[in-house]
Amino acid sequence: MSTVSSHPPRTRRNVELVLLLLAVGIVVLAYVNVSLAVNNEVPAGLTTQVVGLLVLAVGFHLVLRFKASYADPVMLPIATLLNGLGLVMIHRLDLAAGRSIGEAQGTRQLMWSALSVVIAAGVLWFLRDHRVLRRYTFTAGAVAFVLLLLPLLPGIGRTVYGSRIWIGLGPFTFQPGEVAKIVLAVFFAGYLVQTRDALSLAGRKVLGFTFPRARDLGPILVAWILSLGILVFETDLGSSLLLFGLFVVMLYVATERISWIAIGLALFSVGAYVAYLLFGHVQQRVQFWLDPFSPDTLAVSDQLAKGLMGMAAGGLLGTGLGRGRPYLTPFAESDYIIPSFGEELGLVGLFAILMLYVLLVERGLRTALGVRDGFGKLLAAGLAFSVALQCFVVVGGVTRVIPLTGLTMPFLSAGGSSLLANWSLVALLLRISDQARRPVAEVRSGPNATNDAPTEVVAVR
Amino acid sequence: MNAPIRRISTLVALLFAALLLSSTWIQFVQAKELQERPDNRRTLLANYARERGQILVGGNPIARSVPSDDELKWLRTYPGKDLYSHITGYYSFTYGAGGGIEGAEDALLSGSSDKLFYRRVTDILTGKEQSGASLELTINAKAQAAADKALGNQRGAVVALDPKTGAILAMVSHPAYDPSVLSSHDTAKVQAAWKELNADKSRPMVNRAIAGNLYPPGSTFKVVTAAAALESGKFTEESSIPGPATLDLPLTTTNLPNDFPGACGPNNRVTLTRALEISCNTAFGWLGMELGADEFRSQAAKFGIGDRISVPMTVTPSSVPAELNAPQLAQSAIGQYDVRMTPLQVAMISAGVANNGIVMKPYLVGRVTSSDLETIDEASPEQMSQAVSADTAGALTRMMQKVVESGTGTAAQISGVSVAGKTGTAQQGPGQPPHAWFTGFAPADDAKVAVAVVVEDGGTAGNEAAGGRVAAPIAKAVMEAVLGR
Repeated sequence: MSTVSSHPPRTRRNVELVLLLLAVGIVVLAYVNVSLAVNNEVPAGLTTQVVGLLVLAVGFHLVLRFKASYADPVMLPIATLLNGLGLVMIHRLDLAAGRSIGEAQGTRQLMWSALSVVIAAGVLWFLRDHRVLRRYTFTAGAVAFVLLLLPLLPGIGRTVYGSRIWIGLGPFTFQPGEVAKIVLAVFFAGYLVQTRDALSLAGRKVLGFTFPRARDLGPILVAWILSLGILVFETDLGSSLLLFGLFVVMLYVATERISWIAIGLALFSVGAYVAYLLFGHVQQRVQFWLDPFSPDTLAVSDQLAKGLMGMAAGGLLGTGLGRGRPYLTPFAESDYIIPSFGEELGLVGLFAILMLYVLLVERGLRTALGVRDGFGKLLAAGLAFSVALQCFVVVGGVTRVIPLTGLTMPFLSAGGSSLLANWSLVALLLRISDQARRPVAEVRSGPNATNDAPTEVVAVR
Repeated sequence: MNAPIRRISTLVALLFAALLLSSTWIQFVQAKELQERPDNRRTLLANYARERGQILVGGNPIARSVPSDDELKWLRTYPGKDLYSHITGYYSFTYGAGGGIEGAEDALLSGSSDKLFYRRVTDILTGKEQSGASLELTINAKAQAAADKALGNQRGAVVALDPKTGAILAMVSHPAYDPSVLSSHDTAKVQAAWKELNADKSRPMVNRAIAGNLYPPGSTFKVVTAAAALESGKFTEESSIPGPATLDLPLTTTNLPNDFPGACGPNNRVTLTRALEISCNTAFGWLGMELGADEFRSQAAKFGIGDRISVPMTVTPSSVPAELNAPQLAQSAIGQYDVRMTPLQVAMISAGVANNGIVMKPYLVGRVTSSDLETIDEASPEQMSQAVSADTAGALTRMMQKVVESGTGTAAQISGVSVAGKTGTAQQGPGQPPHAWFTGFAPADDAKVAVAVVVEDGGTAGNEAAGGRVAAPIAKAVMEAVLGR
């Protein structure tokens, strides 16, 4: 540490408000744009809708002002913008399909958005300090385990489009895997903060890498088996990859040992290869990925091909919102929402959207750098990385970087559980960032003050 | 824990960089290729959303799009019904664009061609409705109608060319079909019509003028053999060559007979001119063997036989077999054995002779215009090859004039105009009636039109003049239409 900055720390809440109004403005503009392109008129009841949006967004902003005044100022506007753009696209696809307000996906998505924002605000309101979560490390582990197993239970588990990742209670359906992602991150963070010394110090050196002792391999093996279990029993390639990737990266952050990544990659490769040999649906995905236009593939699924042709139709500048034909691709509002944007907003628009995610993730990682306690660091890094990995799995799947798996695009895709989970995730990141950016004098000493890691000053310039 | 977090952020950057690359690859690099895929429904719908360009003959549309009030917005219609079916082809929502100009110039008609790029940009800037380019064809409406009428319900094809430019003046193939039945938006009806057209044994969708199974050219090919003889320098039009009643073929037990009883002249000899005039098989069979396979084949190649041509529809290359022994050579010299020609190629031979030995590249599209009739592109005549010298061409013209004056092609005579031509009777196999051919041009001294006519099964075996009486009047009707007689 060289110097202590002299100027008073700023909360940046006003910056957030301006960005937030900008985000809402963009969403309203897009909404009007769609309506003009499809129906040739300004949407009916526009004022009410704008006021509703503003109430939600500004309401969340006020919660931050009162309860987390030093929180990162960029995350909320980005989440609002992405959520809003997703709503506009889903609404646009409702119009194309001629769905009435009552049965529209957009209406449901709007209700879930409101609920998610309220719940996220609730998280910020009641969770004063993220370190409290550390007390529930093993509870979180158990909850995550149950959440992941729920879809397999007869009676409430539902198989939708070949994947058993849904639960149904009466008229409500829910994807518990989305929430499990956050709960698992809490569990991993708590567990790794306790065991990181053992995992990082003991071991023997082979070829310049320090490899862990055999008995310390236990946790990674458990995570590996769990993720393989999801792959095999729930046929959910995406979640399996996401959870295992999350664990390996958090393990690496905790131990600072690159060998964990090597071990993780090796285990994953072996698991994926064995799964490829054993399971038809995995082979099928690989075949779709390698040659989406072969007659064999088209006979089973032309989804990937249609998505690619949709993106091609968009070209550099896109067809314009409401002027393309994204509805020709199946699941255009959920798994394939990214090609839908690529078609109507073009490569330029797609880049902008991807950059929003990069910013969000980068702010998350910056929070991890800034926060002082090890648990917070791990949790923030894990949550931020999970968003990045999920984007990679989804967008990489539709653009043929990796085989297509069924995951939702955070904030954009239609789906209540996904929205709820990602808003909660952002609420947690905001809470941690408040701690990270708050001047040291104001930070209440946490429950694990002795275990704190050294920190870096990054936010105050 | 900060160092790993920093490395993780690098990893995140790499992951997203991969996504930026892959989406650029799809939306920029591969975009064109993906959009041109025939199974791309988006492209199809986009094409239907734009007004497709017209195909015009003499200023009148033979294919045009009219507004329709269903999802597809535009309905393609063909006012000429089946008169132009093999020229326009069809534009079908179910089966795509094909069968003629519709398929071959789809990019221009739909407006997606790179040639229209700047126009598209200006249209976007000025807010003008986007539409495809229109194509003005080289077809002469009168000649086309005359050919269609003269061919009647016989199976066969007629091609007429402007020998000086290569412009195609008429192209008729019978039986024809009405492309409107395929461009209808009623999918069930279109599918039924498609099935029926494809099941039809007379194959109405095949453009016999440029594709199909090709025909043996029969005696019309003697023009090529005569050209080779004159070009070799060993013969003139007055050279006396053997013309017995039957030609003894070496290596085989079969002989080559004439199509008429007896020898071609006194003492079994005949002049080259006379041999062509009466279509003497034995004389030309002998000539072929005398010249040799190489000379024979190279002359055929100079007329364009074997070349890949598009007009812009792809023309099936005509062919002379690569390996020929003496008896096969004798057969080939009279257009039999495995010599296969398209009527267009036969017309190109006549056109080459008519144009001082220069064969012009045939073409159908004369002018590309924007929807407001502004010229975007204009065809310029292109020389394909110098098939024979001007002297040889003159000699061949005189010989072909004789055919029409007093030989097998008298049925092609037009009063007041000197016509040059050659008849053909192409054997297809035992028990089957031969194809009747005629090719020629007029006026002989300053040709305005060259034609080729084939009538399937139209000849009478062993009677060359009979074939001439079937095919020559059709050629005559087309030539008269072009000359305004």
